[in-house]
Order: sequence, then structure tokens, then C-alpha cells
Amino acid sequence: MSAIYALYPDPASAQDAFDALKRARADLGVDSSKIVVVTSEPFEGYDFSGDHAKSYMFPLAALGGIVGGCLGYWLASFTQTSYPLVTGAMPIVTSWTNGIIIYELTMLGAIVTTLITLLITAGLPNFKPKLSDPEIWNGKILVGVMDPPQAARGELSAKLRGAGAIAVKDWPASEPT
Amino acid sequence: MKKSEEQIQEDLLRPLFEASPAYWIAVALAGSLVLAGVCTLLYQFYTGIGVWGLNSPVFWAFDITNFVFWIGISHAGTLISAILRLANATWRRPVTRCAEAITVFALSIGAIIPVFHIGRPWLAYYMLPYPSERGIWPNFRSPLAWDFFAINTYLIGSISFLFLPMIPDFAMVRDRAKGLRRKLYGLVSLGWQGTPRQWHRLETAMHIMAIAIIPVAVSVHTIVSWDFAMTPVPMWRSTIFGPYFVVGAIFSGIAALILAMALLRKTLHLEEYLQPLHFSNLGKLLLTFSLLWFYFTFAERLTTWYGNSEPEMAVFWSTVRGQFAPLFWTMVTFNFIIPVPILAIKRLRTIAGTVVASSCIVAGMWLERFLIIVPSLSRKYLPYAWGSYRPTWVEMTLMASGFGLMALLYLVFSKLVPMIAIWELKVGMQEAPASLVREASAVHGAGGESAVTDLSS
Repeated sequence: MSAIYALYPDPASAQDAFDALKRARADLGVDSSKIVVVTSEPFEGYDFSGDHAKSYMFPLAALGGIVGGCLGYWLASFTQTSYPLVTGAMPIVTSWTNGIIIYELTMLGAIVTTLITLLITAGLPNFKPKLSDPEIWNGKILVGVMDPPQAARGELSAKLRGAGAIAVKDWPASEPT
Repeated sequence: MKKSEEQIQEDLLRPLFEASPAYWIAVALAGSLVLAGVCTLLYQFYTGIGVWGLNSPVFWAFDITNFVFWIGISHAGTLISAILRLANATWRRPVTRCAEAITVFALSIGAIIPVFHIGRPWLAYYMLPYPSERGIWPNFRSPLAWDFFAINTYLIGSISFLFLPMIPDFAMVRDRAKGLRRKLYGLVSLGWQGTPRQWHRLETAMHIMAIAIIPVAVSVHTIVSWDFAMTPVPMWRSTIFGPYFVVGAIFSGIAALILAMALLRKTLHLEEYLQPLHFSNLGKLLLTFSLLWFYFTFAERLTTWYGNSEPEMAVFWSTVRGQFAPLFWTMVTFNFIIPVPILAIKRLRTIAGTVVASSCIVAGMWLERFLIIVPSLSRKYLPYAWGSYRPTWVEMTLMASGFGLMALLYLVFSKLVPMIAIWELKVGMQEAPASLVREASAVHGAGGESAVTDLSS
């Protein structure tokens, strides 16, 4: 796995680079899924961060809550009917108090589902080597292309530089070019 | 002067790589309190729970006071942080992690107290809902079983809420560190890269967590209050206890947060990040809750007095002008009389002022928990069942070690994790993208830029 990438001082120039790569992807034989942006903070309002705005995390969290609530109802009512306490003519399955268990497990279901959804959809954990550069932590924005066609490397480098890159590098051997 | 991203990173990561002698002295002091607590606990396990001052009828006292107190303190973090996140309060950014850490540690300390209180902690697993050959399953009608579910849900939610925004900061430390430290931070950063997809998922998850955690936090302290309100003991069977406890919890939580922030500000030299504005804003919140606390206390006392039921009045008078009166009036002074003028007058709502008010409130709220528990148990319905209570050295040592454990966990945490979320701070410094400014100008006219600044922050 290799990459060619550039570092940009601000999101506007990173956006220019992203647009330039998107425009040239047919000519250069680059798949749009191979264009990578890496930042040290989220940037809202830029196209390079907008491609992934759609997610099903909210409905999935709600579904997790419903499953948790059903589990809570089953746990409490199954326990009460399987091991009935002497309640003195009071109900064995007590809806009012079971409501508390159902409520807590509903919330727990939503929280745990959100956590699992985040990990799966964000591809975490993943300890394989990934395209990155220590400079991103100083506010630079990385825009690059994974596995670029050998013939298009020169053209890609020119496009990245033309958008205002402060450095264009190769990955894994990140020698300044 | 506006700091660069490099400077911010340098300032906030410095405590992870360096430690002053004062830091190690603080660790040693807190550690010795914890050690004293561990030795005392071993002595208690060996001799039995009779070494506590509990008796019939006062079967709950210092330990349950501490339990309620720490669960209350835990409301500082996640709840406040979640509310401020959802309200998009820009000043929250340096405050949230300090607050969320308080929640996790205070909740852990609070949750462990009932385990010691059962006398034979090795049988604590009886509370777990699992199929047992003994036929003993939890009684879901008991508020103690509700506690188990509520506290554990809140703990899991709070740990997630604290951990998720730490992942990018861990990745930052990973890329700066060397050797074993690099490996460890690499592990806890879960291989974070920082792609737009990851950022978006993280922010969405934080948003959902913030929505989910608020009702959970409210339920936790409501359920803690029901440990009392479901019991036929004078002045406990009160419908007002749920909201009264929640208000008290947030009140003591904000006070603890201010104290922790002041401590971090000094010891980690975060003066430029934890500014007077943050203390002043939290001071305003504290003032609101001081007034709310007084309102609830008055409402609760007034209805008792007006009802004039003999058993309840016995407890009422023992707190207002009897055996517990000095503690009661100290509580009112610490929770209302001292803090309100300090926090209401802008000139006094300084860092020092809010710290003084918060110190009083933390002490006052501990007294409040004690005064809810012990006077009621001392004066039950039948006068022949009346009694009194005096704490022993074992209980006092355990209480002190609880504070020591909190300080130790916080100090260790500040050495391992940046106490201010660096990436969140950077987001606060971002300028709005030109496309958004154009869109807002079309909607708001000339004032579009300021509208976007509000929007993006």
C-alpha cells in the first residue's frame, strides 16, 4: 500500500486540492474512494468532510433502546414469575417498579448500540499502518491519494502542489519532493 | 494574544511528559490517605462491621451519607457537560473533560461504598441478575436493585462519554511519544486516523450520548432518593425527594467541578485555558442551584411543619433546634447564606470567590446528606426505638480515604490524559467556511458573518 499526499495550511486550500483531485480522477484513473483527507479536528461546512454526513446512528440507537427495553421487561417479569415472592395478594409482576428496570435498560441499550455503531462505522479499532503525518497535529490538513497509478504520480503531485500545498510527500517513505 | 495550534498542543501535553515536585507531593499525600483506607478496610473485614458506629435504629450513617454524597458529586461532569454540549455553549470546551472525569471517579467511589456496607463484600455478587442454583434472584421491587441498574448504566454511559472524545487526543500523544508510551497510546487510540468519516461518526456518537446521558443522570439520583422515599421512616416518605436530590446533586457537582478546575489551573499551569470567564459562568449556574436548593429545602420543611405529624415533628425539631441544630444551621449557612452574596455580586464572582463558595457548598451538601439520613433514623415512629449515633475512627478514616482516592485518581488521570480536549479547543478557534458565510449573508443580510460564527461555535 502506498500513497502520494500533500499538507495544506488551511481548510480552504485543502478543499481546492480535494476539488482538483475529484475533477481529474477520470483522466488520471483514480477512484474517488482512494482520495483521503486526514485532519486533527473536524471541519464542518467543507465538501471534503461532507461526503460522510449521512449515517444511521440515530435510528440504530433508538432500535438499541427498544431492544434494551424489551430485554429489561423480559428479565424483570421472567424473574418474578419464575421465582415468585410472597406478595400478600399484590401483583407478582409489578409494572410500576419494572418500569424502572425497563427504563434503565432502554437507555443502556441505546448507549451500547451507539458505541458499537461508532466503532464499526469508524473502522475502529484498526492497528494497521495508515496514511498520516505528524504535521497534521500542528493544524495542517493532509490530502492524498492511496495506491496512485504509477503513470499519474507526476500529474497528481502537480495538482496537489497547484492547490497551495506546503509539502508533497510519498507514503510510506515520506521524503519531501 | 491568540495561541497557535502548536502552542496549545505544547501547553496541554506538557503535564503528560513532565511533573513538578508539587505534583508528586500531592500524589504522596493522596496515596497515603488511600493506604490508610485500605488498612482500615482490611481491619474491618477481619473484625466485622461492628467496628462502625451503626446500631439499632441507626443502621445507615456515615457510609450511606458518603454514598449519596459521591453519587451527587458525580452529577458534576457528564450531566453538565452533556447539557452544555447540546446547548452549544462555546465556553464549555476547556471545562468538559475536567467535569466528565469527576463523574467517572466519583461514581466509582460512590458505587463501591454499598459493597463494603454489606459487611461481607465477597458476597456482593448476590446483587447480579444471573440464574442461581440457590434460587435467589434480585428483587426488582427493591430500590437497592434499581440502584444497581441505574448506577451501572450511568457508569457505562459516563465512561463512554469520557473516553470517546479522548481517542483523537490519545492519537496525538501516540504520534509524539516514543517507546512503550507510544505503544500504550497507540493501543488506547484504537488506531485513530482522523478521516472526515471518523470525525463525523465521533461527533454524532457524542451527540447521541449527550441526549441519552441526561435522563440517565436524572434517574440515578432520583433512584438514590427513592432508597429513602420508599421507606416508612419519618421525613423520608416524601414525593419531593426525587427532584430535591437531583437539584442537590447538580449543586454539589458544580461546586466540586469549580474546585477541581481551580486545582488543575494552578498545578498544571492552565491559567490561559481555564479563565475567569469559566469560573464566572459556572458561578452563575451555582447561584441558580443555590436558590433552587433553598427553595426545595424550604418546601420540604414547610410541608412537614404544616402537617404537624408527631413523628415527623420529632425529627424536624431535632434538626432545627435540637441535637442536630448546629449541623443544620451550618448547612444552611454553607449552602445558601455564604454562597449567594458571593455568587450574586459580579465583583465577588472571581476565581477566589467561586472557590470559597464551592468549598462551603461541598461541605454543606455533605452535611445535608448526613442530616437526611441520621436524624430520621434516630427518631423513628415508636419512641422506644429512638437512638443516637456517633461515628467511629474507622468510618472517619474511610471517609477521608474516599476524598484521598478521588484526589489520587484525578492526579493520575491528569498525568495520562490532556485535561482539556485539545481537538475541541481547536474547533472553537476555527473560522467559518466562506460557503457558510455566503449562505448566512443571503439569509441574514450584512450580519451573516456573526450568525455563522454563532452557528459554527
